[in-house]
Parts: sequence; structure tokens; C-alpha cells
Amino acid sequence: MALPNKPLGELKAVRDPEVEEREVDILIVGGGMAACGSAFEAKKWMDEGQSVLLVDKAAMERSGAVAQGLSAINTYIGGNSPDDYVRMVRNDLMGIVREDLIFDLGCHVDDSVHLFEEWGLPIWKKTEDGKNLDGKKGQKMGTLKSGAQPVRTGKWQIMINGESYKRVVAEAAKLALGEDNILERVFIVELLLDANKENQIAGAVGFSVRENKVFIIKCKTMMVACGGAVNIYQPRSVGEGKGRAWYPVWNSGSTYTMLMRVGAELSMMENRFTPARFKDGYGPVGAWFLLFKAKTLNGLGENFAASDAAKAELEKYAPYGTAAITPTCLRNHLMLFEMKEGRGPIIMDTVTALADLGKTMDKKELKHLEAEAWEDFLDMTCGQANLWCATDTEPEKKNSEVMPTEPYLLGSHSGCCGLWVSGPDYDWVPDSYKIKADNGKVYNRMTTVNGLFTSGDGVGCSGHKFSSGSHAEGRIAAKQMVRYAKDHADFAPALAQSSQELVDMVYKPVRTFLDNQGFSTHVDFNPNYLKPNGMMYRLMKATHEYGGGTATYYLTTSKNLEIIMDLLATMREDCDKLAAGDLHELMRCWEIEHRIWTVESHLRHIQFRKETRYPGFYYQADYPGQDDENWFCFVNSKYDPKSGEWDVFKKDYVQIIPQ
Amino acid sequence: MPSFVIDEKCDGCKGGDKTACMYICPNDLMVLEPNEMKAYNQEPDQCWECFSCVKICPTQAIEVRGYADFVPLGSSIMPMLGTEDVMWTCKFRNGTIKRFKFPIRTTPEGSANAYADLKGNDLESGLLSTQEADGYTLPTPQATV
Repeated sequence: MALPNKPLGELKAVRDPEVEEREVDILIVGGGMAACGSAFEAKKWMDEGQSVLLVDKAAMERSGAVAQGLSAINTYIGGNSPDDYVRMVRNDLMGIVREDLIFDLGCHVDDSVHLFEEWGLPIWKKTEDGKNLDGKKGQKMGTLKSGAQPVRTGKWQIMINGESYKRVVAEAAKLALGEDNILERVFIVELLLDANKENQIAGAVGFSVRENKVFIIKCKTMMVACGGAVNIYQPRSVGEGKGRAWYPVWNSGSTYTMLMRVGAELSMMENRFTPARFKDGYGPVGAWFLLFKAKTLNGLGENFAASDAAKAELEKYAPYGTAAITPTCLRNHLMLFEMKEGRGPIIMDTVTALADLGKTMDKKELKHLEAEAWEDFLDMTCGQANLWCATDTEPEKKNSEVMPTEPYLLGSHSGCCGLWVSGPDYDWVPDSYKIKADNGKVYNRMTTVNGLFTSGDGVGCSGHKFSSGSHAEGRIAAKQMVRYAKDHADFAPALAQSSQELVDMVYKPVRTFLDNQGFSTHVDFNPNYLKPNGMMYRLMKATHEYGGGTATYYLTTSKNLEIIMDLLATMREDCDKLAAGDLHELMRCWEIEHRIWTVESHLRHIQFRKETRYPGFYYQADYPGQDDENWFCFVNSKYDPKSGEWDVFKKDYVQIIPQ
Repeated sequence: MPSFVIDEKCDGCKGGDKTACMYICPNDLMVLEPNEMKAYNQEPDQCWECFSCVKICPTQAIEVRGYADFVPLGSSIMPMLGTEDVMWTCKFRNGTIKRFKFPIRTTPEGSANAYADLKGNDLESGLLSTQEADGYTLPTPQATV
């Protein structure tokens, strides 16, 4: 056998890659739902002479969080009001949200859903006598836009046949933008500020994962939407199963890290999401609760959520805990309480739920119901369906366990970390929510860096956008980018770094590898460098043990946070010695670097907020409970790229919509 | 796992301009070994089991074996992606087989209306292009604090 001293990947990295330099007016970084929204909208507002480019780390047809498909669209306003949408989000996120952003999203999200349906996404419909039709049969009821009724599971969710959701949305995005204006398989790793104008975005640098080539792209304005952060805490499954993350495993915190590194202000990075899902397979539970009316039981078979003890616990978090819909974090909190008291595990009682539904259904309807239950998994979490098959689980005969997952960071689902962005320039939006650009104008969804926008998981303080809302938000940002580019038509972006300096930075892990690989007889074990896989495990171990991971039931303390801050500082230093022998590994090097910075911001925020705002998501043991008197505010932070210093500070919350 | 490639069935997408699984994998896992002209999953523990490669493979050469650390052997789920529907065959460890067919889209592939000719008028308004074309009026809060 040959010595294992050669790089393994098929696409070997070389010391000196080709360099391609481009300049466009508008740059879209990312290819998921938000970026597809931007791609659809941008050209409709652009002048003839303006140019646009979209850069995706993967292939748009199946990139981002919706790659696998979805079985529901979780935000469709329909006959509800944006005002009530704000109230729902505010309650779920324990009171502190940006009501301007949420209301604004509520005004636009349905337009995106109507487009999805027009493009070919099958959406379930209600018949006049209240029966459910799937998206194909339901076409005879007409479209949502023409007044047909969707199948609601909750107040805001509608059911779809969404296996090809992303393919449909990406198709329209690509057609709208034009293939010539899209670069796939190029991973943007660092944003670049203008050399002359203070606090102005001027470009980005990245590399192809298909050929040895670095891309340096100058632009007047940019939107970055690369999703949230996954695989930052040790997952509950640590072998092959760590790929079975609840959120897409390729989301590496790039949105937060790249934007913070050019000085963009972050907000609510302490917020995280630890969804309770079917254990191990991480299949969705929403349809089971809402559509099939299933209950969760503790290990003693008790419906613990309806107990007096649970009610008393929720009273402590009034008015959120006592609202009609219990906030997501508090639902987790109640589960954790049972488990810690020795009354675990938590079981989804699928058997009783289906039996109850079966009482009013004929055989054909029951068969249809069974198919709906399976489709819920097969459309969006295929692995869970396989787990049911492998464990001989038929939900009408055998119950399944539910478990809160490892923590995730995101801004579009039931979490709200992200960037501090400008709200729309309407008279009902408070001035403190408007960010004025260098020309004194307000650009909706612009960050605190001039010309730099984000959307989807990138926008903080405004969760519950989900797939449809992220698309709509990408569209909002696109229009504003065009406006920004027109208002700054004379701006000629100039980079502070030379092309060579940028190539040296991006390809540093390759150089480190090539300079040292001959020293040992095994390519992965060498005292002069570290492979990204090892660094990923180091990050996961540290967050797991000190940062409120599953090891401690999401509990951390001031002292633990102090320790992990030291560990993270060392990790950042050691990232200088990351090594990549091939292009896939180079991608992993940059991803782990992004993950480490994102985690640092998360923990700095937890360190700063001296209360436990989201019990069930995390607990600061030195500051249990909520402290409205001192902490009913946003926590924002800013990394100064010049000094390398962090500033973490309070930002006022302003209520807009009455209770 | 992770997706795996059946040696006998994979032809490396010979004649195609790109290897299907390598083109589609959202996590850059599927690669082609150019000498054998066969694909493989280069990092199985980072596989989301999204089935994108399984669905796109022109020779049905890719399947998924459940994650070794928590999925017992003996089951399989296999999709057949058509133009309008997906057909799933779910095989249980105990031999039970269930088949499901779900719609995936209601329009022909490639026909999504990108509104390529639509041009917005008022760049200063809060309306999106199709909202403006529809004559939509933006709501304002019913009441403010």
C-alpha cells in the first residue's frame, strides 16, 4: 500500500491559481431563496447600462435551505393582517423584534407565494365543502391569487407538494437574471471595503471549487444571503449522522462572518434555535401538531404540556408564556424540564392522533392521510422516512421520540439573529430603525455599511420569514440595490488590496499545505498544519461543553463563557495554519473560519445579555429568568476591521404595533 | 450515509457535458474519478441525505444507505423523479413496502414566467415590480403605539 501522503481530493489545488477580475454594479452573493428573490427582481428596476452578477457556492437548482424541498410554506398572510403577523412573531420571540421589518415583510410575502404558484409549485386547496385537495387536483379550485383557499395547518402555514420547490424558484430566478450573469460553484469568502470611501462596500473575493481560480469582483452595491450557521455545536449524532443536521449542513455562518468582518453591525446574535424534532432523523413535527393534532407525552405517558405544573411554569414568562400560542423556546423549555426531572423521553403520540382522525374518515381518506404523513418527510427530510422504514415504524402503529436538537443560528426560521439593517423609509417607522446612507437617503434592508445589503437568514430581529418571506425580502433588497447603484452612479469602487494580496489570502491554506506536506508520511497528520476537519471537531467540542450545547442541556455560565472565549481566540490563531490539498478542502477551510467567527459573535452576545431571554434555547445560569427592566432591548455588536476590537452594546427596542 | 454509487451502474455521465451528481450536490460531495470514470461521495459524513444526486442520476446508479450511527440496516427509500410527479418506494426492514406518488410541479419544466419584459416605474416606492403592475396598495399599520 502506498503511503497516505498525497492529497485525496479529485481536484488538486495548485500554488498559483488563475485570477479573474470582474466589475458589476450589483453583486448578489448566495443562491438560496433570498438570492433567488433578488435575482428575479433586480433587472425589473435596472437601467440598460447597469450590470448584475449572482455568485453561488453550489448550483441554484438545489442550493440553500430548500434544496431538498419543503412540505409547507410557513408564511402566507392571506386573509390575516400584517399587524397580526407582527404580533405572532413578537410573541414567539419573547417581545424583542423589529416590528417595522416584520410588518414590511408581511406586505410583500404573498406576492412571492403567488409567483411560486404561477411558476408551477403545487399548492393544496380547500374545496367548498372543506375537503383537502393536493396541489395537482387543487388546480381546479383556481389560484390563491384568484381567491382559492389554501389548506391551512396553522394560522400562517399552507400545505404544498414541495419536492421541487427550489427547482421551480431557481428556474424563474435564472431566467430573469440570465445565465451569463450567474457564477455557480464559486465560494465568496471575504468582502472588501472601498480604498477611498469610508465604510463603503466595494467588492468581494472568492474562489472556484471546480478549477484553480480566484475571483475578484468589484461592485457598487451588494446583497449577501448565504444562510445561517450549522455544525457549529457538536450534533447529537457524531458519526456519519452529523450530516443529518436539521438545517442545511452547508450553511457555515458565511453571511454573519463576512459582513461582521467589514464592520457591519450585528443584532441579537445571542438568539439561537434548537428545534424539537423527531429524534435523530430530524423530521418536521409541525404537521403532526397542526394537521394531525398529535400530542407529545412524557415517559410516563402524560400530556405534560397540559399539566398544572407546565401552566405554572409558563406563567413565569407572561405575557409570552400565557399567550394562545406558546413560544417555541418555551415549548422546548417544558420538554427539557420533563427530561431533567427524570420523566423523559418525550414521545409524539402518532398512534392516538391517527386513530382519532380515522374515526371520522372512510378507508380511502385514511389512506390519503397516511400518504400525507409520509409526504411530510419525503418532501423535506427524506432521511427521516428512511429511519422510520429501518425501525419498522408505521406511525399508526408505533410512536416516535421527539428531541430538541443541537443549536443553530439563523434569522429566517424561529430564530432572529443576524445583521442590523435599515427598515423602510415610511413615516410610521421610527428614525432609530432607519439607517442613513452617505447621501442621507434610507435604503430598506441596508446594513450599517454603505451599499451592503442582506436578507433571509442575514436580517436580524425578524424571524418567521421562512422560505417565502426570504424570497420576498431578497426582492425588497434587490430594488433597493438598484436604487443605491443609480444614486451612486459616479462611484467607482477601488480595492485597498492588490490582486496578489487577495490571492495570497484566499489560497493561504493551499500554500501552507504545499510548503509542509512532505514532512510527514500521512497527509492529515503534520505538526505544521491542521486540516479543517480537525478544527471543526475542536469548535464543536468547545461549544458543546462551554457554550450551552446539548451536553449541559443548553446551560452556560459566565465562567464557562470566559473559558470558551480563550479557546476561540486560540482557534482563530490556529486558523492561520489551516491546510488544503484540494479545492473541496479549501472550501472547508474557509467554512470553518466562518463558523468560528460566527460562534464568537453568538457567545459574545450571550456574555453581554445578563438575563435568560430564551429559556429552552439557552440558559445563562448566573442570570436566570428575564429581566425586562434592564434587558428589554436589542443587543448589537460591531467588530472594527481596523482595530480588531469588538464593541457590544444595547440598542433601544421601539414598539410600533399595539398589543 | 450517505449516498453511495453502484459501481456497475455508474458510467461517469459519459457523453454528458457535466456529471449530474457533481453538478447538483449542494455540499460539493459528489466527485468523478476520471480514470475509472465513476463517481463517489467524497465526504459521507457531511451528506444531508437530500437525495438530489439520487433524483438526478440518469442511470439510477445512486442510492442512500442510512447513517451508520443510528439507522439499522435493511431499509431503503427510492425516488423516481418525473416531470410532474415523484414516485417513492419505501422498503421497511421487515419487508413491508409502501409506494407513494406526489405532484412536484404543475407547469412544464423551463416554462416559469420570469416576467422578463416587466419594467418597474417608481423606484422610490415600496412596491415590488409585480405588485406595482397589479396596482397593489401597500398596507399601513391599523394602529400604532
